[in-house]
Amino acid sequence: MHGTHKIVSKSQLSEEVFRIEVQAPLVAQERKAGQFVIVMYDEDFSERIPLTIADADPVRGTVTLIFQTVGASTHKLALKNPGDSIVLLGPLGNPTHIERFGWAVCVGGGIGLAPLHPIAKALKEAGNRVTVISGARTKDLLIMQDELAAIADEHIVVTDDGSFGRKALVTEPLGELCRRAPSPDIVVTIGPPIMMKFCAETTRPYGIKTLASLNTIMLDGTGMCGGCRVSIGGTTKFVCVDGPEFDAHLVDWDGMLMRLGTYKEIEKEAHDRCHLEMRIEELEAQGDGARAPEKEPAK
Amino acid sequence: MSHKEEYIMDNAEVELARLRSAPVTPKVRMQIPPQDMPAQDPSERRHNMDEVALGYTPAQAMLEAERCLQCKNAPCIAGCPVRIDIPGFIGKVKGGDFLGAGKIIKKTNLLPSICGRVCPQETQCQAPCTVGKALHSVGKAVQIGRLERFVADYERTHGAVEVPNVASPTGRKVAIVGAGPAGLTCAADVRREGHDVTIFEAFHKSGGVMVYGIPEFRLPKVLVQSEAEVLESMGVDFELNFLVGRTRPLLSLLREDGYDAVFIGTGAGLPKFMDIPGENLVGVFSANEYLTRANLLKAYMKGKAGTPIYPSHRVAVLGGGNVAMDSARMALRLGAEEVRVLYRRTREEMPARAEEVEHAIEEGIIFDFLKSPTRVLGDDKGRVAALEVLSYELGEPDDSGRRRPVPIRGSEEIMPFDTVIVAIGNESNPLISQTTPQLQVDRHGHIIVDERQKTSVERVYAGGDIVLGSATVILAMGEGRQAAQAINEILQ
Repeated sequence: MHGTHKIVSKSQLSEEVFRIEVQAPLVAQERKAGQFVIVMYDEDFSERIPLTIADADPVRGTVTLIFQTVGASTHKLALKNPGDSIVLLGPLGNPTHIERFGWAVCVGGGIGLAPLHPIAKALKEAGNRVTVISGARTKDLLIMQDELAAIADEHIVVTDDGSFGRKALVTEPLGELCRRAPSPDIVVTIGPPIMMKFCAETTRPYGIKTLASLNTIMLDGTGMCGGCRVSIGGTTKFVCVDGPEFDAHLVDWDGMLMRLGTYKEIEKEAHDRCHLEMRIEELEAQGDGARAPEKEPAK
Repeated sequence: MSHKEEYIMDNAEVELARLRSAPVTPKVRMQIPPQDMPAQDPSERRHNMDEVALGYTPAQAMLEAERCLQCKNAPCIAGCPVRIDIPGFIGKVKGGDFLGAGKIIKKTNLLPSICGRVCPQETQCQAPCTVGKALHSVGKAVQIGRLERFVADYERTHGAVEVPNVASPTGRKVAIVGAGPAGLTCAADVRREGHDVTIFEAFHKSGGVMVYGIPEFRLPKVLVQSEAEVLESMGVDFELNFLVGRTRPLLSLLREDGYDAVFIGTGAGLPKFMDIPGENLVGVFSANEYLTRANLLKAYMKGKAGTPIYPSHRVAVLGGGNVAMDSARMALRLGAEEVRVLYRRTREEMPARAEEVEHAIEEGIIFDFLKSPTRVLGDDKGRVAALEVLSYELGEPDDSGRRRPVPIRGSEEIMPFDTVIVAIGNESNPLISQTTPQLQVDRHGHIIVDERQKTSVERVYAGGDIVLGSATVILAMGEGRQAAQAINEILQ
């Protein structure tokens, strides 16, 4: 039986953000902007973790994934190193619909900047004028900045704490762009759900078509579990096979946010335990020499 | 094991010896009662994931085999979707040649330890059994399924699992999409002819519904694994974590990758929901999701598994099939205090296997017949708090021949629950047809095939739930077998 994929390189972009490049020639060849994969850190006990594809190199046969260690599972994934194998299934979901809209505004928040990159790139290549709004809590979490700056005709950077760029939320410059004449032809937003919700509210009064890429709870990623379901304009849709991108003005954001919190308490407990275990391991590694005498039998 | 179980087993030996002290006439055979299968005590098993049924002892199996009349016309064979030589293998069991019995079964069924456990025998091989007919009760038919299970387990535990012969290489290549019952059966039959076979599976384990859906306590995963290992020893190649249609287009397999034929056995797809208000509240799950978390992703191993399961106290399961029984019994094992199955009709109309319903009742699952929810009610955090439930009565028979449930006006009541598991079936999986527009599907999205399982695309065959809708393991296997025959013919 085969089906695992080797990590060929790994780097840490900030305290919580990791980039891994994984050998997956067919996925690298087939994937298009907007698609995602499901990864597992092992084949027995791992959760199935959906991650958007940040980049792919069909020549090297690799895909690049960027993820933030937000819970126990992503922490365990971050412990994997080049040479280790992981489970990877994809590419999943429908590709972003790319065409020449005119002026496209791409809004990315935090880790969402990673999957925003291939979409912004594809929009640029299709002949659009591209404005990128990069947002993060703090300077450290701003990722893919060189890559996005290279594509963008205009690049606006904001941080919540003002440690880099403008001290603002992404919705502030987004609102300003909406008020320009002519206004943007399309807005694409990827990031924390609450950010995408407020991006949708920002563009709604101007009637600007806005797409959001959703990252909901998901098991198989092939339409079988229905865990990813979300109400779109009153109809239940599955993010894995109908999405992951939807008209942001039709998404039931509050319902989606509630569903995302389904396992919040359990996950917090697992996350805390995971930190505790990692701390114990660290201490053991440090303290091996110091505590060695204790292991000797008492005479 | 309880005293009752010990008695059943000991008694079989005494009975068998007594029986064989005199000539066994058909009349005597008819007087032997069907052998109960020992099972874990309900009060114990509702707290563990171990298999519920424990299987026959050799004496019980031989005694049960003595009940078979060896009918010349063998009506039981016609009732079996894969046409096992049932009187043949039972004859061997009677004589104590359990490995010989296994060989007979394996001629037409590569997965007997699975079928012996999950087939709905009471509507298949055991339904036309002469003994059952004579005694006016299908429950008193020869217990063919239990015997099949015994033979398969005996073979495995005695290290005698034989790898079927594979003909010399033909140089032909066949791709199988999906490692469930249809795909595994098709793979085995095609491989026997000497063709190269690769199975593409989207999940990280092979087995399909047998690993993600059917719980450990009904079908131990080690059995599914050992059946897949037999295929590996036959030289079948498994590509896990490979989603045909997305990782590689279906037609590229034929046009670029050198496959001479493809079999699609992708199984069930999108879970159906009730389409009632509140179904997206936190705490409403499809049975697929609930069972996949618990089975495939081992969420019951708390602390070890990365996948969480919702902490439930009062669970409502909607539906009346095997999947509903599995969900209810799983919820109980995961710690729910009360589990109720809500079904629109009555016990007689339930599609679940009788044995599963009995086991569920023994374990303390409560059945609310003639009830169906109209709304899911949530608390201020968007979590399930209750169901609004409507009562029904049975009216005239509908197209399926079952009496149609008619709602009783004004009978709405509120039942408190924190978890709702929807087990009312699946729609077809849209992935293959979405990504392969050439493939013709019906209005439900099921792939259209001819009587040989051939699709609208040359050299592409399909079978199992992607063709049938929600069916059973054995029917899927039957289709896999039929497709294999057709594929083997075109590759001659």
